[in-house]
Amino acid sequence: MKVLVAVKRVVDYNIRPRIKADGSDVDIAGVKMSINPFDEIAVEEALRLKERGVVTEIVAVTIGTAACQDVLRHALAMGADRVILLESDLELQPLGVAKLLKAVVDKEQPGLVILGKQAIDDDAGQTGQMLSALMNAGQGAFASSITVADGEAVVVREVDGGTETVALQLPAVITADLRLNEPRFVKLPNLMMAKKKSIETIFAADLGVDAAPRLKLLKAAEPAERKAGIKVANVAELVSKLREAGVIG
Amino acid sequence: MSVLVLAEHDGKQIKKATRQAITAAGAWNTPIHLVVLGHGVDTVAADAAAIAGVSEVIRVDAESLQYPLAEDVAALLLELAPKYQVILAANSAAAKNALPRVAALLDVAMISDVITITAPATYVRPTYAGSVLTTVESIDALQVLTVRATSFEAACNSAPVSIVSHAAQAAHSQARFVSATHTVSDRPELASARVVITGGRPLETRFDAILNPLAAQLNAAIGATRAAVDAGYAPNDLQVGQTGTVVAPELYIAAGVSGAAQHLAGMKDSKVIVAINLDPDAAIFQVADFGLVADLFEAVPALTAALVAE
Repeated sequence: MKVLVAVKRVVDYNIRPRIKADGSDVDIAGVKMSINPFDEIAVEEALRLKERGVVTEIVAVTIGTAACQDVLRHALAMGADRVILLESDLELQPLGVAKLLKAVVDKEQPGLVILGKQAIDDDAGQTGQMLSALMNAGQGAFASSITVADGEAVVVREVDGGTETVALQLPAVITADLRLNEPRFVKLPNLMMAKKKSIETIFAADLGVDAAPRLKLLKAAEPAERKAGIKVANVAELVSKLREAGVIG
Repeated sequence: MSVLVLAEHDGKQIKKATRQAITAAGAWNTPIHLVVLGHGVDTVAADAAAIAGVSEVIRVDAESLQYPLAEDVAALLLELAPKYQVILAANSAAAKNALPRVAALLDVAMISDVITITAPATYVRPTYAGSVLTTVESIDALQVLTVRATSFEAACNSAPVSIVSHAAQAAHSQARFVSATHTVSDRPELASARVVITGGRPLETRFDAILNPLAAQLNAAIGATRAAVDAGYAPNDLQVGQTGTVVAPELYIAAGVSGAAQHLAGMKDSKVIVAINLDPDAAIFQVADFGLVADLFEAVPALTAALVAE
């Protein structure tokens, strides 16, 4: 079975984003970029499914400018067999991304598609569910465990107040929660090897998909700073301050 | 045209987050319909019908909806959609699962975790773990969105409105429910508790032993940092932050929490924040109203004892 993994290039999770002086957007010029952490978990899970003999080929795909090649190299270094860059200059939003991924699914015919549950830049958490809808497939969002057997993927999902297990006919779409696995470290020789592998490039414009943004970004702003308060000397002072603030009886 | 709100319930009553979503739905100044789905939901529908601002309750009762799957919820909302200009829900795990599917089937964008509705199609929502507030305008005729419940007041009750029944569709052929596990707790629900006490990794195996007595004393919900969850000291559904639950209680007590941006994203709108940490330079002190530099293994029991003595 072939598995398709979608990965996104985002501002590294350790970086505090800056906003452009005119408030039009986040300024990502010269900022350290990395593979979205949830997508790294998705790649890791594909590798584990291959190591268990369930999956025969792992294809990683990303959508964006040529700069996104670095996250594909990262996926290759982790162990992906093949990578595809869907080149696009458009401002990408989840619906457009889902439609473009659907075109790749039609071409590649994977048995399973794994994505991260959300990207840490837009925090939308939509793309996997949207892709699943477009494929009319079953969806296993926020997965913390995946078992594939007898043409079904059994997925344990993290939900409010516990977990839920669903069984999905293949092909299905799954989005990875933090709990799914611990991604492996990329070894330097693998990274060097990944640099030599070829990246298949498809021009998104050639796919005949309407991926134009539906949301207009009007403004980006910093939230109001929360003022630091005071340090109290001991528990007794803390209790009296909390009583003054009216938050304890 | 009206607004359709997807209700969440516990089998007995409508959740507070849905009441908060109803207040958000008031931004359109048009009738609000509340769809209640499940199995054996007469009591819940009656509770829903009494919420102020709701003008009609749509009850969908079917055995297949005992544990509703996103595939089936989305198909149902797709069927109801032509009568509405907005489909909205509180940003819970269930809504995050189902609503993007609805949006894609309707070929419209979705707007997640809205904190302010500034105009009928203009929204403010946090991005980059709450480090950026983004204002977006949707160009779609139909709006599909989730709202951050804690950013809106909960709607109270008024005279009951009518309940109409709607038939469920056949279950989706590609997905089936297998089982569910629920964390059993006598504490209030994390997302809507008035007081939340969160523990970090330093608590280690004494996580429950240290936090439970204080939580019991304050009738508080217990939260956890990602580090505490990853280390296995607390279950995953207690995680507060960018990828866990977002809370905004009146009182938030962080014990042994360093205050990473991903954690602050889930709690910095709390009214009063207390930090108890041995490290005076911990980032949590930059947002705490009251900070106590102390060993939490002494300070938390001392705080519990001080409150018991009152």
